Order: sequence, then structure tokens, then C-alpha cells
Amino acid sequence: MSIVTVQLGQCGNQIGFEVFDALFSDSHCPQKFCSKRENEAYQASCKERFFSEEEDGVPVARAVLVDMEPKVINQTLSRAAHSGRWKYGQHSHLCQKQGSGNNWAYGYSVHGPRHEESIMNLIQKEVEKCDSLSGFFIVMSMAGGTGSGLGAFLTQNLQDQYSNSLKMNQIIWPYGTGEVIVQNYNSILTLSHLYRSSDALLVHENDAVHKICAKLMNIKQISFRDINQVLAHQLGSVFQPTYSGEGSFHYRRNPLGIDWQVRPPLSGLPTLGKMPLSKELHFNTSIANLVILRGKDVHSADLGAFKDPALYTSWLEPVTAFNVWKTQRAFSKYEKSAALVSNSQSLVKPLDMIVGKAWNMFASKAYLHQYTKFGIEEEDFLDGFALLEQVIASYSNL
Amino acid sequence: MFTRHRGSEGRRPSRYGNGETQVHLRGLLTENLSLNVEKSGATAATGGSSVTYGRPAPSESAVVGGEYEGRRGLPGAAGRPPSGMTQSVVVQVGQCGNQIGCCFWDLALREHAAVNQKGIYDEAISSFFRNVDTRVVGDGGSISKGKICSLKARAVLIDMEEGVVNEILQGPLRDVFDSKQLITDISGSGNNWAVGHKVFGSLYQEQILEKLRKSAEHCDCLQCFFIIHSMGGGTGSGLGTFLLKVLEDEFPEVYRFVTSIYPSGEDDVITSPYNSILAMKELNEHADCVLPIDNQSLFDIISKIELMMNSGKLGTVIKPKSLVTSSAGTSKKRQEKPFDKMNNIVANLLLNLTSSARFEGSLNMDLNEISMNLVPFPQLHYLVSSLTPLYTLADVNIPPRRLDQMFSDAFSKDHQLIRADPKHSLYLACALMVRGNVQISDLRRNIERLKPSLQFVSWNQEGWKTSLCSVPPVGHTHSLLALANNTCVKPTFIELRERFMRLYKKKAHLHHYLQIEGMEEGCFTEAVSSLSALIQEYNQLDATKSLPVEDIPRLSVAV
Repeated sequence: MSIVTVQLGQCGNQIGFEVFDALFSDSHCPQKFCSKRENEAYQASCKERFFSEEEDGVPVARAVLVDMEPKVINQTLSRAAHSGRWKYGQHSHLCQKQGSGNNWAYGYSVHGPRHEESIMNLIQKEVEKCDSLSGFFIVMSMAGGTGSGLGAFLTQNLQDQYSNSLKMNQIIWPYGTGEVIVQNYNSILTLSHLYRSSDALLVHENDAVHKICAKLMNIKQISFRDINQVLAHQLGSVFQPTYSGEGSFHYRRNPLGIDWQVRPPLSGLPTLGKMPLSKELHFNTSIANLVILRGKDVHSADLGAFKDPALYTSWLEPVTAFNVWKTQRAFSKYEKSAALVSNSQSLVKPLDMIVGKAWNMFASKAYLHQYTKFGIEEEDFLDGFALLEQVIASYSNL
Repeated sequence: MFTRHRGSEGRRPSRYGNGETQVHLRGLLTENLSLNVEKSGATAATGGSSVTYGRPAPSESAVVGGEYEGRRGLPGAAGRPPSGMTQSVVVQVGQCGNQIGCCFWDLALREHAAVNQKGIYDEAISSFFRNVDTRVVGDGGSISKGKICSLKARAVLIDMEEGVVNEILQGPLRDVFDSKQLITDISGSGNNWAVGHKVFGSLYQEQILEKLRKSAEHCDCLQCFFIIHSMGGGTGSGLGTFLLKVLEDEFPEVYRFVTSIYPSGEDDVITSPYNSILAMKELNEHADCVLPIDNQSLFDIISKIELMMNSGKLGTVIKPKSLVTSSAGTSKKRQEKPFDKMNNIVANLLLNLTSSARFEGSLNMDLNEISMNLVPFPQLHYLVSSLTPLYTLADVNIPPRRLDQMFSDAFSKDHQLIRADPKHSLYLACALMVRGNVQISDLRRNIERLKPSLQFVSWNQEGWKTSLCSVPPVGHTHSLLALANNTCVKPTFIELRERFMRLYKKKAHLHHYLQIEGMEEGCFTEAVSSLSALIQEYNQLDATKSLPVEDIPRLSVAV
């Protein structure tokens, strides 16, 4: 079961590269805690998911790279090729000359329709290379113009054309203190549109990952490269193959598959955290939690704390809401590792902040002329606000 | 004192003394090329018409791969087709505009020579330069890739007197400009906006259009026009702003960034307030973004540097190339040209403004992002700029000025290129464009540190736009350009209006304008009310300064 990754914009492409690199490195890491056979099955599974084979033997990432200006894609392609270990397809990218100017409306209304056919063709080609398609992994930021606007447009298209495949969007939540001044507008528009067409939104906050780099890893001068690598590491530990229920040598066939136990029409807003919930008294209510354990002693790990009903909303039983996948094959060089994917209230506060700031700006009508220029009107903004207020309310009521 | 505009004064001292600098400069770029006739014959591509950055045939990919070698030291990665970048065209109008423009091209060549070690024509260079095979007669065959043959600036030079442009064409940069890119006259505009705008405007409209169209055709994807001019004279002010309307009509999709030199208080051109106000109306209506600059601020910066250099303190020897005021050939002592230093500051501003669009970085910022983020309302498009550092110390025993100091300086009123104090006024938006070895954590730390001392408008409390470009300017390890949309421009506009009113009330010199066909008193009254409306907008924003920030009540939804 293969996953086709779509990397959008500067952020999407920079991160996408790190993710494939992390997946590849892990899969070729020497292993001590599992048998050779297990390792080979793991490697084969990873390969099938993320890479395809080419004549010269260098694995090719199952990815489509899209950006509206050329610098980042050129850099990404060359870094991959330079490594000599894996690479991107020669014709798997689309880039234009002029970026989206941090303008969601431009990404959505101009670049989207203009390049729809070319991009969908590139994706179709990747899909055809897969024996069986599990779904799409779309990497994008919310703050800019291409990842956000074009990303929203594209996800809608994928929903129309591949309605049976899963679509998971990896969204980068910008720093609270600006990278882009209109980032809150772009975020509102992105989230409200994705809500209608994506199956799952996997969120990483720049602020949170930055803190990990600073506090847990003690990096002094943190660069975007550091942040992206931490992120990629987390994603890698979730997406790499895991055992399915039926016996030890059978890797779980659906890497994106998790029963998101949610009431329609909401889809999940899960967060990825490295550590399991601590013993704090107050914690966010969850709809679903998935713990992935890899490495030594996985079978003896005690996960009782995760089954505490207090963690979950009243209308769910922990037994349905909580899942655990255990794999003896370790991740990368870590003897033991754990990852938590959670659909909980933890994103309510950041979402609320973004909506609040965007609303304040919207009330003064600042920057609106930049959006109406390309066909995004005040009503579109209002629709977005209304939808997200509902999401906030629903989560708050858990 | 700072007569940037000529009028009827005598000839200015010549700017370009010896040709030594020119040889040195050209050598940097062309030493790798011996124009091998047989080889180059094969690459001379299309003749004159627009060049497209197509995908190269596989056999050419080696060259393409090589484009990136010099810059990043990576072995060539084969099979990677280039995709074009965008280009910009500089339109320099009037004496001041052309002098600054010249400094800009000088420094641009130096910067690219320093970055581009192999003499390959890459996308970064293509943003401001064409690569031309000069042996091809006629329009000069444009070459889209490969070795640099002859670089031509993407520029149009306009002046209604010949002096400055002629000096340029005889000076070290003569080969950088295409003679077909010039529009000159001999009589000058007499420091009269109406002559520049109405008389020369209509006289040269066709020619101007033709040259602009030509320069646009040479671009694969034209993104921006940079107009450089002064406000107080006749040509730069009048014809320069006439040009804006032409650009807006002819190239509506292309951004118009205007660098305007505002007259100082002691300006000895009496009619400069008239010219400036008349020009302001055009800037209000037809420019996307304006970077106002005044001579006095530039002069103050120079004085500050000189004071430091001459203080005789230990460790105050400055690396000559690092001076924000230095031009390319300062390693040799040469005749001091009056406005060189000041012009170089402005030239550096433009280089830094475009650096993140030309060079790579972990957080790019293209030119269209400047307008998107810094212009919340169409009419409020005046951006105050500041550049740091002004110099780098040469003494290796003195540690380089702390990075954080650079950020602090950017907000000090001494570093602004216009008389303004942003710290004590209201920010609508602020952009920080960083170059060099600076990471996101450095940037964030400084924003956190400086934020409490700055006032942002209530609806844009987090109004920061940031970019990180890996390539530092020549002579520095890092640099910062801050662009602020801030109400601190207001005093400049108010003062300008006052000076205008002093003259207008007495109808002084008005007849020089009214005698020009198309001019009437209505032009003046409209212009000043356009300015007053702008000032009023800033007043309204300032009024919100001391008010507490209240959250607007949110939408309430039923769940």
C-alpha cells in the first residue's frame, strides 16, 4: 500500500525532503532488536510505501513537488540527488517563476486553476506507479500563499478525483509572532477549506517544535533545518511500518489507517507529541489516541495510563478511543521510542488565538483589498470564521 | 546645499575620473571568458526577442548543473532543469535618479561578481542583467544560460539634460548600458514639475513606451519596475511620475516600486515644495510602494561614520568594502565625488531589498510579498527604511558587533533613511529582511526583545514579516534591512505641505507652472488635498495609539 506525497510551497518542500530522508535513514539503520527477517520485511514495506524503484537502483521518492517559484525546488532536488542514496523523480515537479506573494487568494484562485491539469497529471503518474494506493500525504504551511492557497485547492481536487483514497494534510502552524503578517487570514481560509475536503489534518506548530529544539535538544542557534528535522523524525516514527494484529511478520498494511472515531462531519485535528501524557492533573480531553511503540521491550510496556476514562470524552469508551501499535523493530538509532498521535482539545487554544487575531484584523478591513483583487470576498472570510468557530465550540464541549 | 536637481546651474563636477575601477570590475566578471568565437557561436541564441527559460536538452544539463556549483559548492547534479526566476527593470529618471542608479549598477555588479565565482550566467544575475553576445549585430543576441558574455543592465535611463547620462556613457559602466535604453534631451526641465510632466511627458511618451516595452520583452517574467528619482526638481519629479501612469496602464500586473528622494529643509531649489507636492499626488495614485528618502538623513549617516573613523579610537579601522557608503573601487584612493557616498546607501537599500528574491535562503521573500504584507490599505504604501550595519570593523581582535546590536540599531532613528522616529510612532506593519548567517532563533529572539518598546496598531499586533537570505552583502557576515509602514512619515509630509503653503499663499513662482499647457490652479489644489487626505489617514491611526486594545466581539455559533 503506497502513499503519494505532495510537497507544496517552500515549507512543504523543505519538510518533505527531511521526511523522506528520515524514512530512508531509518530504514537503512543497522538493527539489534529484531531478526533479520523482520528487518527485511520492514524495509520492504517502507520501500513500497514511500519509494519506487528505478533502473539505476536508486530509490525514487513517491512524491510530487510543487512551488510557484523555483529556488526551493531546485535546492530540494539537488540535495536529494547529491545524497546519492535516494532521489526525486526527474519529472515529478512543477514550478513557476513568480510565487504566490503570501496571498492565499492568489494561490487558490489564480495558481490553482491555472496549474490544475499539470499538477493532477503529475499526481496521476505517481499513482499509476503504485500497486495499490493507500492515500495522499500533502505537506503544506498555512501562513504563506502557495502551500496554503494552492494546497486547499488541490486537496479539493483530490477529493473529487480520488474520493476513495485517504487524504491526510500535514499542516504547519506558523509561529505566533509573525513570519507573515497576513498569516492569520491565510490560516483561516486554509483550515476552513480543508475541513470540507480533507480526511485528516496532522498539525505541527512551529512554536512547539521550536521549544523542543530549545529545551529538549538544547540547540543554541536554531535553524529551520533543525526544526524540519525534528518534525521529520516525528513523522517518520509514525509512518514507518508497524505490525498489524495478525502475527509478528505481517506489517500493518494501511499506514494511514486509523479509525478516527469522530462524529461526522468533523474530521480530526490530531496533534503529534513526543511524550505520553504526563501526570498533570489537568489535561485535554481526547477523542482518540494512538500510541506507537518501537524497539526493545515493546510487549512489556505498560500503557494503563492511556486507558484512563478521564482522558476521554464521556460518549467514548477508552477501549474504542485508544489504540496502540507495537513494533519490535526499532526506529533509527533509538533503542526505544514512542510516538503519540492524538485527536484532542490541545489545538483549541492556538486555533482560538488565530481566529481571534484574524477577526480583529478583519473588522478593520486591513489587507482585504489584496484578497478581493483575486476573487476572495468578505463572505468567503465570514464562511471561514463561522466554520472554525463551530469547530472550536465542538471541541470545547467535549 | 544638496542640489540634486539642476535647473540652470552650471555643469556638475564629473563623477567618473579614472577608468581604473572599471577595468578592475570588468575583470572580475570576464576573466573567465576569453570570447572564444567558435564556442560562443553555438550558444548565441535568439536574436533579440524574448528569451524563454525552457527545459534544456539532456546534453545541456551539465552546464545547468554547473550553475549551482559555484554558489553552493555542490558537485553538479545532472538532469535538473532550471526554471526561470523573475526579472526587474530599473527606470532612472533625472539627474539624481541617474546618479543613484549608477551607484546601484556598480554595486550590483560587485555583489554578483563576489557570489558568482564561475562567471556563469545564473538566475540571480538574470534578475537585473541580460547576457548578451555583443558580436551579434542589431539587438544583441540574448543568451539565456552558460558563461557570461556581456552583461547589460535591465535599465532605462531618462534625463532631459545630457550631462549625467553622457558621463555615464563615458565612464566605467558604459558597457553595461545599451545605448538604445536611453532617452535624453538637452534643454532640461528647469526645476519645473510641469515641464517634466506635461511638456516632456507628451513629447516623449511614445519613445518611453517603446523603450519600456523593449526592456519588458527581454524579460522572461517581469515582476517589478524600480523607479528612482528625486521629488524636488523637474525631470525626476515630473517626468518620473508621468512614467508611473504609463507603467500602470501598459503593465498593470507589474509592481511599481518607487525610490523617492525628498527635498531637505535647506534645499536651495525654491520651487521644490511645488514639485514635490505635485509629484506626491501621482505617487499616491499610481505607485504600489514608495520608499521615501531624504538627503539630510543620508548626510547624517555619513557624518556618523566619519566621526567614528576619525575618532582615532583603537579598533576603529573599518573594512573599506563594508561601508554602506562605499562603491566598488574604494580600495584605491580616488577623487571624492560629492554624492557618491549618499547614493551608495540608497543603492545598498535596493540591493538588500531584492536579495531574498535573488538568492536562496531558509525563508524567502519575493517582491510581491513586500506589497502584500506591508500595504494594509492601498493608499498607505509609504515605507520607512533602515539599513544596518553601516560598516564592519577591520580589526580582527575586536569581536564583530553582536548580532543583537544590529537589530537594535535598525529601530534607532539614526539609522532611518528619512527623518523619522518609528519607535515613538505607530507601526502598521514591519518587515525584517536578514542576510547572512542568521537563523530563525536569532530573529525570533530579537523580535521578542524589541517588541515591548514598539507600538503596533490594534488590528496588527503581531505585524511582522520576516525573511532569511543566506547570502550576505559584500564585506559583511550579516545585514538587516527593516521596512516599516509607520505613521512616522507623517511629519515629513506635514512639513512639505507647510513649505508648499508658504509659497502658494503668495502665489510665488506660480506663473512658471501655469504658463504650461495643461496646468491650472486646480492641479495645485487637488495635489495638496490629496496630500492632506493622506495626512488625515495617518492622524486617524495615530489617534488610536493610546487607546487600549479591545477585542472585537466574535461570532457566536450554535453547536
